[in-house]
Amino acid sequence: MKMKTFATAALAGFVASGPAFAELVVPDLSYRTGPYAANGTPFSDGYQDYLTLLNARDGGIGGEMIRINECETAYNTEKGVECYEATKGDSPLVYEPLSTGITYQLIPKVSADGIPMHTLGYGRTSAAAGETFPWVFNYPATYWDAASVAINYLLSENGDDLSGKKIALIYHNSAYGKEPIRTLEALASKHGFTLTQLPVDPPGQEQKSQWLQIRRERPDYVIMWGWGVQNQVAIQEAANVGYPMDQFIGNWWAGAEPDVLPAGMAADGYKALNMNRVQDYPVLQEIKTQVIDAGNGAGDGSNIGQVLYIRGMYNAMLTAEAIAKAQELAGTSQITAAQMRAGMEALEITNARMTELGMEGIGPEFSVNCQNHSGSGEGLVQQWNAADKVWVPLTDFITPDKSVIDPLIAEDAAAYASENNITPGCL
Amino acid sequence: MLYREAGDFKTSYAADSQTFPIKFDRWRYWVVLAVAWLVIPFVINDYWANAILVPFLIYSIAAIGLNILTGYCGQVSLGTGGFMAVGAYSVYKLMTAFPDVSILIHVVLAGFITAAVGAAFGLPSLRIKGFYLAVATLAAQFFLVWLFNKVPWFYNYSASGQISAPERFVGGFAVTGAGTAPAAQYLICLFFVTLCALLARNLTRGSVGRRWMAIRDMDIAAEIIGVNPLTAKLSAFAVSSFFIGIAGALFFAVYLGAVEVGEAFGIQKSFLVLFMCIIGGLGSIFGSFAGAAFLVLLPVALKVLGVDILGWPSSTVAHLQLVTVGGLIMFFLIKEPHGLAQLWRVAKEKLRLWPFPY
Repeated sequence: MKMKTFATAALAGFVASGPAFAELVVPDLSYRTGPYAANGTPFSDGYQDYLTLLNARDGGIGGEMIRINECETAYNTEKGVECYEATKGDSPLVYEPLSTGITYQLIPKVSADGIPMHTLGYGRTSAAAGETFPWVFNYPATYWDAASVAINYLLSENGDDLSGKKIALIYHNSAYGKEPIRTLEALASKHGFTLTQLPVDPPGQEQKSQWLQIRRERPDYVIMWGWGVQNQVAIQEAANVGYPMDQFIGNWWAGAEPDVLPAGMAADGYKALNMNRVQDYPVLQEIKTQVIDAGNGAGDGSNIGQVLYIRGMYNAMLTAEAIAKAQELAGTSQITAAQMRAGMEALEITNARMTELGMEGIGPEFSVNCQNHSGSGEGLVQQWNAADKVWVPLTDFITPDKSVIDPLIAEDAAAYASENNITPGCL
Repeated sequence: MLYREAGDFKTSYAADSQTFPIKFDRWRYWVVLAVAWLVIPFVINDYWANAILVPFLIYSIAAIGLNILTGYCGQVSLGTGGFMAVGAYSVYKLMTAFPDVSILIHVVLAGFITAAVGAAFGLPSLRIKGFYLAVATLAAQFFLVWLFNKVPWFYNYSASGQISAPERFVGGFAVTGAGTAPAAQYLICLFFVTLCALLARNLTRGSVGRRWMAIRDMDIAAEIIGVNPLTAKLSAFAVSSFFIGIAGALFFAVYLGAVEVGEAFGIQKSFLVLFMCIIGGLGSIFGSFAGAAFLVLLPVALKVLGVDILGWPSSTVAHLQLVTVGGLIMFFLIKEPHGLAQLWRVAKEKLRLWPFPY
């Protein structure tokens, strides 16, 4: 009791209130520490470097400078909540926490506070139902899209027939990893394959027994829903038990350089989904010269061109486009969070625009509207070439099976709406 | 000067054995309570509630709970996170099954459910001690987390395996859910903290607490003088788990609102609460508060200092934070194994003698 008042007084001096400059404030709830740092760092670098490039090259967006407000979460939900509370007084435009756990914490909070949240290909899938989740966006794709894309790819590999096949799902034993199970079960009953579920307790260094089970059962395919250190360990373990790498498919959070490099040549042939193409885009050169060489890079610049760096940059591009759209709709350059939400809901990404931005074909074309916050849901399959250390795209963007996903989304969103007394509708 | 005892006479046994024998302490206690109840609710904002005060209050309850078991009864436990999970999942099942019953009752019931679970896992303590018991409680930690992850009934078959607290009201004010005012969040936690601290203080200085301490100091001797180890140890486990269950229930329902069992109630949580007890001071109610305040406030203070004031990169500050907290834990264990509570006691002694120490 006594300690509290003392500490309260001591801390009061430290807490600075956010000044209200005319700026576009974009918080970055990043994680550069902990078991997920290897994947969190390049993503955050790409995210920040692109926004820094806009500041350096274009003077911000619509004449307003962007201010990045970084807060370290270590992928921990408690720290994520603290970061949210610490940054929300700064009139932020949008939250992008890169963590499904933190997303679940923040969904009710952002909805009550009226700040949009964008979860790029992660978070709560049923947030795609924009009428129930007006403040949450998960374009360009969701986990359930990813699960369906993976199965569609396997269907195309097997002459559209998976009946009698055995597919194992090895997943992060958390909200993130459990998310695709429902869709995969629905797809299993539709296409007639059997699904084995193998949970790995986070952070995932310990997964010997799961891989022994895979060695014993020899499933036809292994699908992985992993993140951070779990991916590295899984790929190493797969190599140890001699599981064929070309039958091992990670989702789009399990297919980046930090995941495969530790296993060396053993990882050759490993496949993974991707929601963005990885190429040597002209915009990367601009970032190099105007941001990294100018000494303003978020990291040391060594991650440039990697899968997660480009995905972070892609995320920042979508954010910047939504800000521009919001400015256009609101008729003012200094937008509020509510105007940002309207901009995100009216967002349309075309091939012409992506080419104009120096990142031709980085993602699928899609548009967002009030009913659908998740975009097209397309993803592609890529394969790791360990000798050249590059990801080779195997397919073009594959369309998910919306006839399976949409009813599941409607069901889950309706359950959420009834639990929380929400009347679905457009804002 | 400040701690003047001259003229502070005791004329009855009751007065002599009160919690705060010095007048100044008594006054300060009431002032702290008054500030906590009557001032802070009016000035609190979202940041102070969510980042500092609510976690501090909740961890204080958990630390009091563990302190009863480890500090007063001498039974080492590493199962705190698991028992907090029992509290959280009990309150979740109760909230969703009986939406019309007050959340205050649910929290207390969650405490009782956790007490039963804790007593069951305390049974091995009758045969094993020390490190071996620590391992047995560690098993409780892993088993409970596994159970809540494995059995869909506990999370109402939700797709992601997360539980999230629906909106519940106390006297017309939302205390759980997104629409909760920071003051309401703070007050409900303060209410339980005040009750728990009073209850714990009075249990530990009564005959029950004496039995616990006798077991802690020398169990054979305690048995010879007539303490029944069965009831003493199991009651310590039950009471301790009761508090920890309440802390878990509040942690889930009031503080986070949505919880993933492996992350929120993992082994790190057990260690965190244990460190709070060790740093704060084993066998001291004040120590539980001090330890909770130390471990909740220090990371926030370091972050504010490093990132907001000095402008360092957030990753550097996060790493420095680990180093600093670790270093301070070592420093305390070496320099003052009895924790912050002992430092406070020594400071009080010095103040009472000031300005003429002998």
